[in-house]
Amino acid sequence: MIRVVIPYHLRTLAGVSGEVTLAVSAPVTVRAVLDALETRYPVLRGTIRDHVTQERRPFLRFFACGQDLSHESPDMPLPDTVVAGTDPFYVIGAIAGG
Amino acid sequence: MSGIRVLVGTRKGAFILTADGKRQQWNVSGPHFGGWEMYHLKGSPVNPNRIYASQSSGWFGQVVHRSDDGGKTWATVGNEFVYDGVAGTHQWYDGTPHPWEFKRVWHFEPSLTDADTVYAGVEDAALFRSTDGGQTWQELSGLRGHGTGPEWQPGAGGMCLHTILLDPSNPQRIFVAISAAGAFRTDDGGKTWRAINQGLRSDYIPDPNAEVGHCVHRLALHPSRPQVLFMQKHWDVMRSDDAGESWYEISGNLPSDFGFVVDVHAHEPETVYVLPIKSDSEHYPPEGKLRVYRSRTGGNEWEALTKGLPQQDCYVNVLRDAMAVDSLDPCGVYFGTTGGQVYVSADGGDNWQAIVSNLPAVLSVEVQTLP
Repeated sequence: MIRVVIPYHLRTLAGVSGEVTLAVSAPVTVRAVLDALETRYPVLRGTIRDHVTQERRPFLRFFACGQDLSHESPDMPLPDTVVAGTDPFYVIGAIAGG
Repeated sequence: MSGIRVLVGTRKGAFILTADGKRQQWNVSGPHFGGWEMYHLKGSPVNPNRIYASQSSGWFGQVVHRSDDGGKTWATVGNEFVYDGVAGTHQWYDGTPHPWEFKRVWHFEPSLTDADTVYAGVEDAALFRSTDGGQTWQELSGLRGHGTGPEWQPGAGGMCLHTILLDPSNPQRIFVAISAAGAFRTDDGGKTWRAINQGLRSDYIPDPNAEVGHCVHRLALHPSRPQVLFMQKHWDVMRSDDAGESWYEISGNLPSDFGFVVDVHAHEPETVYVLPIKSDSEHYPPEGKLRVYRSRTGGNEWEALTKGLPQQDCYVNVLRDAMAVDSLDPCGVYFGTTGGQVYVSADGGDNWQAIVSNLPAVLSVEVQTLP
């Protein structure tokens, strides 16, 4: 199972607490994980990626295993430890006050 | 006894304020959607328990919620607002072409006749309609495509379609207003549109009498006389007696004719309310005094309404969607401030009280008069 950590407001929107775990078929990529996340929680469609272009929203970034994957191809396979469920895949929002 | 439900959108959530017809004792519910920008909430006149809410965030974009029980519970509906066809370009701040990009919903206007039909005014300026209770949205693209769209330019607050007025006497006629493009009208249910800005003069744009480019802040009408429109423009309070074909100024003796809100008394079509703001460089009331101005003559002659409102050291703003009236008798008038106060007058503006004083900055105020 793939472990996914999403920001507070998206957890509230999806009605979940803590990490989300998803079954994702190989190859496990950013696109595949987000597709699975949005299938499980349709309310998240449009909140992480643009509905039409599928581009990452500007104030969000993707991380795993200490690596910034935000600018990598969404079809690049995720690290083995993410695939194995050892490390989570993170959707992180920009820090802001106000 | 009749009841009142006030729907308040703020920078950090939504609040629902309820009272009986006396409008003296209030219950506060919220925050709903805490931490999100709630640009607007509005109930259906057909089914008052059907409420549409625009929830947005710079991080996570647009979410639309719908309640079918008067705001007790909410469910997400569709948030996919896709411009029809090739989106094209409008002008950017520097005058260069800039692609149309959806950012958020500023205003929902539920149909007067069908609870499942609702219009959405969005940024970048366009009008969308849903006929399935908000599940799916289709652009009425004749507005952007009528010819002047590529000339539209955002104001500092964004290029937003913020006002939607449905003509109760003619279901084919809709008025909208866009900052900073102007006012527009359709007479065929949204298929074709034209600019209705003749008579507007804006000395701070390159052509003061241009067909489009005027920063209209708000339009209002009385349902018994929908051909008469009132407008708070960036500067100038304006009136049209011919459904927008021509406009004339009614600022009269106002201490400033800059402002955002304008509204009409529920039972007196010639009684109009505005809230003057000092200037577009100083978004607070003149002299630090929060004053609603009322005209009982359809404009030009204005009286200050001050009882119960702060008359010193007040430097809040009142944004364009943050004034509303109820339909009780006497008419109630409501407005919210960027300082987090929501004020009510239960007697047409003579006396005011704060319902709440410490909310986040208020973006919108709508009122439902319940049986």
